[in-house]
Amino acid sequence: MTSPALQLDDVSVHLSDQLIVDGVSFTVPAGGIGCLLGASGCGKTTLLRAIAGFVPLSGGRVLLDGREISAQGRSLAIEQRRVGMVFQDHSLFPHLTVKENIGFGLHTVARRERDARVAELAALLEIEALLDAYPHRLSGGQQQRVAIARAMAPRPEVLLLDEPFSSLDVELRETLAREIRAVLKAEGVTAILVSHNQFEAFAMADAIGVVKTGRLLQWDNAFNLYHTPASLAVADFVGEGVLIAGHKVDEHAVETELGLIDTRQIQDFNLPDCEDISLLLRPDDVFHDDDSPIKARIVEKAFRGAVFLYTLELTSGTRVLSLAPSHHDHAIGEPMGIRLDVEHLVAFPKLPIA
Amino acid sequence: MKVDTLPTSLKTRPSFEKIEAWPLSLLLLSLILATPILVVASSVFFPAGDIWEHLLDTVLTRYVKNSAALMLGVSIGVLALGILPAWLVSAYRFPGRAIFEWALLLPLAIPAYIIAYTYTGMLDVAGPLQSALRETFDWRYGDYWFPEIRSLGGAIAMLSLVFYPYVYLLCRAAFAEQSGSVMEAARSLGCTPRGAFVRVAMPLARPAIVVGLSIALMETLADYGTVQYFGLSTFTTGIYRTWNGLGSSVGAAQLAALLMCFVFVLVSLESASRRQSQFFNTGSRVRPGARVPLHGVELVGAYMACGLPVLFGFLVPFTQLAVWAGLTAETILTRDFFGYFLNSVTLAVITALAALALALFIAYGKRLYPSRSSTAASRVLGLGYALPGTVVAIGVLLPFAWLDNRLSAFLLARFDTNPGLLLSGTAFILVFAYLVRFLPIAMNTVEAGLGKIKPSMDEAGRSMGLRPAIMLRRIHMPMMRGSLVTALLLVFVDVMKELPATLLLRPFNFNTLAIRTYELANEERLADAAGPALAIVLASLIPVILLSLSLRPSAGALEEADIINKNSNTTGKES
Repeated sequence: MTSPALQLDDVSVHLSDQLIVDGVSFTVPAGGIGCLLGASGCGKTTLLRAIAGFVPLSGGRVLLDGREISAQGRSLAIEQRRVGMVFQDHSLFPHLTVKENIGFGLHTVARRERDARVAELAALLEIEALLDAYPHRLSGGQQQRVAIARAMAPRPEVLLLDEPFSSLDVELRETLAREIRAVLKAEGVTAILVSHNQFEAFAMADAIGVVKTGRLLQWDNAFNLYHTPASLAVADFVGEGVLIAGHKVDEHAVETELGLIDTRQIQDFNLPDCEDISLLLRPDDVFHDDDSPIKARIVEKAFRGAVFLYTLELTSGTRVLSLAPSHHDHAIGEPMGIRLDVEHLVAFPKLPIA
Repeated sequence: MKVDTLPTSLKTRPSFEKIEAWPLSLLLLSLILATPILVVASSVFFPAGDIWEHLLDTVLTRYVKNSAALMLGVSIGVLALGILPAWLVSAYRFPGRAIFEWALLLPLAIPAYIIAYTYTGMLDVAGPLQSALRETFDWRYGDYWFPEIRSLGGAIAMLSLVFYPYVYLLCRAAFAEQSGSVMEAARSLGCTPRGAFVRVAMPLARPAIVVGLSIALMETLADYGTVQYFGLSTFTTGIYRTWNGLGSSVGAAQLAALLMCFVFVLVSLESASRRQSQFFNTGSRVRPGARVPLHGVELVGAYMACGLPVLFGFLVPFTQLAVWAGLTAETILTRDFFGYFLNSVTLAVITALAALALALFIAYGKRLYPSRSSTAASRVLGLGYALPGTVVAIGVLLPFAWLDNRLSAFLLARFDTNPGLLLSGTAFILVFAYLVRFLPIAMNTVEAGLGKIKPSMDEAGRSMGLRPAIMLRRIHMPMMRGSLVTALLLVFVDVMKELPATLLLRPFNFNTLAIRTYELANEERLADAAGPALAIVLASLIPVILLSLSLRPSAGALEEADIINKNSNTTGKES
């Protein structure tokens, strides 16, 4: 009973004559969880609302299981397209109890069946104790669970979640995201999540699309987005890192301030066709090594529990980031030995100096 | 205390007398202004002789029946006229929508008694419509059936036409407050647009609808001019008749007490709904719902639903009044007319200024010394607006007459002069009664304005060593100038319109525009009544225009409800 695959085919959306979504295509397989990741105002929420049917398409089409539900000038009525939606502000009906909220979309279903479905979802989301409460009594996290249960109750073909965790405490977000993922997987529902928080996206989604100014920059899994970003913009948005200058000596070697990189030892790399390149260095590419001849001065450090994130300055003034186990506690201003250990080489043509 | 950390030069010496004086005078003031309510309520403990038996035997059941029938009919009328247009202008897009949005409020500018006189003049046997019918079809009186305007049904129609805007306004505000995503949630859960309206938008607006309905019904109970003119025996006409015709003050007060019970039921209904509506707040207005365009039959229906109330509630009677006023201008615009006009304006100005001063005193006192007793005091004061003018008049007249008797006895004994009725025989008693009734409006408006000024402003002023009274003058009053003007205008207009209390309390031979309208109408000189009536309607347009301006999208929905909601007793602002 897995719900069908969702396919977007060159979808564009205009809002008051302004291009908001520009030719987006992707597919979420049946039962998969996709995430649209991007800064606020990038068009990701509009895209989600277009899939739901709240805004019309100005180009392309949306297919559910190969069946067209939206295209330019044609749109299946919202109530007939069987999409579930979880809103940013939860939008629970304040005049109904939790039980009535969850059962709202099931009013054509026989009472016994409806009660059974509500009970099933309440158990799944661990909100059985709240069924008779009114929404204003609930905490943000509880409202979130009810909103998800309500959206899933009519067994939608696709579930859309608009910034579902943004109104919650930071500590709650990732645990809830993982928990919700388990619930979605248990129900086998195809889902799309919109988020500006990459950790939420990593915790929940099978595949993530990075959206910027209405365009889908890359659609990939979290690991690949992080380690092999397709463009500078993706590299910039996903994860931490710095760009350092590199010089391509030949097809197998790149000269950098931190030493020569031998690409034959790297399993995964792409080198652009020019000599001067920019290399993306993630904090986990720069290792702390007291024996290393390359020294860098510590400019900033941030304690992250198990690790320290050091911001280091090379003699040339270039700054890099490095993760070190937290028992390697060095003071700011101290020099620290570092060496490169690059597993994925991400390089772009060198940017003209801005 | 924070003050201790300030440099010595900035320290204000705590003045204990002041701290006590403000709440104490507030309490005293509320006690004085609450006298009418207390007098009317306590009248039930006095024997009224056989008058009560007489009332019971003859007319009381008729009063109750007529008032109840009127309330039922007006309920249906205002709900039918108010809810649908509110939904249409909130959820749909059609040419002229923005105009209807404020035009639907226009009937508020026409007092019930004036619309009743106008329609009677138009629809009566001798009126232009029936005359035209007779001429066209060569009928004679009695040959044909025509609905009798002077009837219960006619009164229900008249009152519904001018009171539906209360329901419309509160309902529209409720729809506007509903987060668009709540409706979208309903749609994504399988509701059609109509289904979403029935299952979500309407239930969410229900508390607001009940609030609007309660206000409309309070106005219905308070109406005297319409039912008197149509010859319907209701509580208000009964009170007047018992007082003037039967000369029984206690009997009239006891009738008023009974009417007050009806009013208090409405007041508690209203405040309960208001409390409930706080829970129905759908929270952050992430996105207002998108308006859906209307076409074809639906568009025609929308124009009917929005257009007919405006047409019959304002345009038709207003045009008729203007035509009559034009015809009778020569005989109407006499020195007498300007005398009435001046009387009305003088009374209205004095009352408005007094109400503003008291409202500032009370609202600012509550801000400076928030306490349970000051909240309770302002609640009691707020009850005044719910009281019908006849009830207030009886409640004011009884204690004033008693006081006057004492005063003249004292003066006679001491100075050997009898000055007559110093209080109850002068315009003083009118202003006092108006204050009882209309102070809540000023209080509400001033409190709303004051509430928008952050407490940190006070702290800033205090830290610079300003005393409260100076702070009020130099900080608060300039910042809330708009609210102060609004308060003045609202009270001014309500005094201009007021009929029953003025009728009972006015000094001998003292006439106002409202009284003159009433007198001329009762002499069946409806065309002549149009002049003063039109003057009242034009004045009443001012607050309606203010209200319309506040409907602009930038203004909060609550704000507009605040201005119209004159029942501060139930706003529950302290929560």
